[in-house]
Amino acid sequence: MSHVPGLIQSIERSSAVLRLLAAGPDRLRVKEIADALGLPKSTAHSILRTLEHVGFVEQDTRTARYRLGRGLLDLGSTGIDANELRGRALTWADALAARSGEEVRLGVLDDGAVLVVHHVFRPDDSAQSLDTGIRLPPHATALGKVLLAYSAPAAASVMAGVLSPYTRRTVTDRGDLARMLTGTRARGWALSVEEWRPGLAGIAAPVRTSGGLVVGAVGIAGPVERLTDTRRQARPALVDHVLAAARSISRDVAGS
Amino acid sequence: MSYVLAVDQGTTSTRCILFDRRATVVSVVRAEHPQSYPRPGWVEHDAARIWRDVRRLIPQALRDVDPPEVAAIGIANQRETVVLWDRATGVPVAPAIVWQDTRTDVSTIDADLVKSRTGLPPATYFSATKIQWLLDNGMRDRAERGEVLFGTMDSWLIWNLTGGLHITDVTNASRTMLMNLATLDWDDELLDLFRIPRAMLPAIRSSSEVYGTAETVLPGVPIAAAIGDQQAALFGQTCFEPGEAKCTYGTGGFLLMNTGTTPVRSRHGLITTVGYRIGGEPPVFALEGSIAIAGSLVQWVRDGLGLIGTASEIETLAGTVDDNGGCYIVPAFSGLYAPYWHSEARGVIVGLTSYITKGHLARAVLEATGWQTRDVVDAMNADSGLALTALNVDGGMTADNLLMQIVADFLQVPVVRPLVAETVSLGAAYAAGLAVGYWSDLRDLRANRHRAGRWRPTLDSGRREREYARWRRAIDCAVLFSRED
Repeated sequence: MSHVPGLIQSIERSSAVLRLLAAGPDRLRVKEIADALGLPKSTAHSILRTLEHVGFVEQDTRTARYRLGRGLLDLGSTGIDANELRGRALTWADALAARSGEEVRLGVLDDGAVLVVHHVFRPDDSAQSLDTGIRLPPHATALGKVLLAYSAPAAASVMAGVLSPYTRRTVTDRGDLARMLTGTRARGWALSVEEWRPGLAGIAAPVRTSGGLVVGAVGIAGPVERLTDTRRQARPALVDHVLAAARSISRDVAGS
Repeated sequence: MSYVLAVDQGTTSTRCILFDRRATVVSVVRAEHPQSYPRPGWVEHDAARIWRDVRRLIPQALRDVDPPEVAAIGIANQRETVVLWDRATGVPVAPAIVWQDTRTDVSTIDADLVKSRTGLPPATYFSATKIQWLLDNGMRDRAERGEVLFGTMDSWLIWNLTGGLHITDVTNASRTMLMNLATLDWDDELLDLFRIPRAMLPAIRSSSEVYGTAETVLPGVPIAAAIGDQQAALFGQTCFEPGEAKCTYGTGGFLLMNTGTTPVRSRHGLITTVGYRIGGEPPVFALEGSIAIAGSLVQWVRDGLGLIGTASEIETLAGTVDDNGGCYIVPAFSGLYAPYWHSEARGVIVGLTSYITKGHLARAVLEATGWQTRDVVDAMNADSGLALTALNVDGGMTADNLLMQIVADFLQVPVVRPLVAETVSLGAAYAAGLAVGYWSDLRDLRANRHRAGRWRPTLDSGRREREYARWRRAIDCAVLFSRED
């Protein structure tokens, strides 16, 4: 076994497993893979299980043989279906609405916009309508800032276009937006105050799958005076609720 | 601070959930128990194991709470499952026979008699023939000597918690096929029919009153509610007014509508059941209809057809098309239930053309659940003379946004998802909390109810009725296909 110092051996081995599975039309047993690569069977098994976890290989439940997984076909996507994400977030989003007293949205990036994949009403029984399926401007919302902060290509694409003003507080300057995204990454959450709708603020945090990949953002929205203090800073208790919900959803998503 | 503890003893797992006064979940713990399938059609549980689970889970649920802070315990449970135990030792004398078990035979039972007394069409599902089977298989002598007791899971847990109180609640009793709906007592003629000695039966109490206090696990805490799980969901959804209904969407669906204080006899094969009874107040009745195949159709698309990798992807797939393309699926995998009642019918997929993609099939899968819901709701409206104004939903499939929109469109009423998704446990907690004054009245409970989501009907009525007519023709196809030559 050759191994170049400074490179990560398990990634080299994983790549070899993938090449082996891609090389022929036949599905392979663990032992066949281990023999082909000169690995102990337990090592090959650990690598296969990890690759299965991330969706790069699949195991036939009847024959126990492995083949390439569907995750390789859509490497350009985040690897989690938006509706699957909603299913995993449901309980935690409800709990966030109950604890914060504000409405909750779960968003993903879709074609340069924030696609709302789940919406929980503010628990005050006022008339509200479901936002699921609508698109929000990424530069003007907390959900969008989180999603842009962790996706350099999406941020570049948004900044290449026009940053439309929705209110007089909407960030329209590319440099300002870039600084906001840097700040979001440093804090681990984003705040937007009256950038999309006058009187409204939002707090959002990233939802991550295994390896740290950001697959969505979860956040609350509500009146400025409820979400922020007199200096228009996010109320720490609400930030904690949002971060806790984001962590719980992430745990659920990564464990799948 | 004080809390109410709910024990939800379900078919596959037991959960203990602690609620505060605002009906917020404070803690949740759960344990799965094994399903035993000793022969085809048989399904059994180990009741002793389930009691051990409860005894272990309750302290876990109270990790951050002192036992005296628990104001009451309420129990919701899988219904109809039969436990027989030794009065002297408290040890189960046989494995519990689960509601899904079909080992017994109901073909020779006088259906009219049973239906008129109990509101139930004879089925293996209910407790009576399961008790009879255990008596006929070695327990009869001991039962007649008064040595063996019967109970559903609520009775079994209360007997253990209190150290020997033998009671059940009226909702659970109404599912045994032994309780007279008019008297709310065991029916002597039915006891004779099924040859079940009265001495082995628990006393029937309301769903919400202090039955006694716990002797063990949480000594001194009042046990103040027992209620069947689907009725608990109705109560937890605060469906307190006649015409209010809930549907729990899981592998199948359970729709219950509050019909007020007089039982409504169904002309469409729905079940008449007790919804709940609070202390000495008059009982509130409900009509119950079930959707046999809902989530299990999605599972079939995933596991049987391999069209999707996870259940959630059905919505993504269905979202790739705007409509069903003329394709309809009737999932009559084991016959058609209310309001059709064709046990010999089998599933069909109709309207196939080369235009149909897997997206259209996925759409038809979700629509099948929508139409089945509509069929049950239509039957309920017709039987009760009430018109459903909104459908309260819970269960795993409420995560499917498109399905919820389809249900709203097909029923032409709003579909409402509550903020507390744990409606079964919440119902048990509410019933227990009411009994001890933790909550003052139904209005107090209603104040805790918050909408987490609401889907408004948007489909135009002409299109809806055209689609419905096609669904009915698809149903006809399912019946026609199974007809003997």
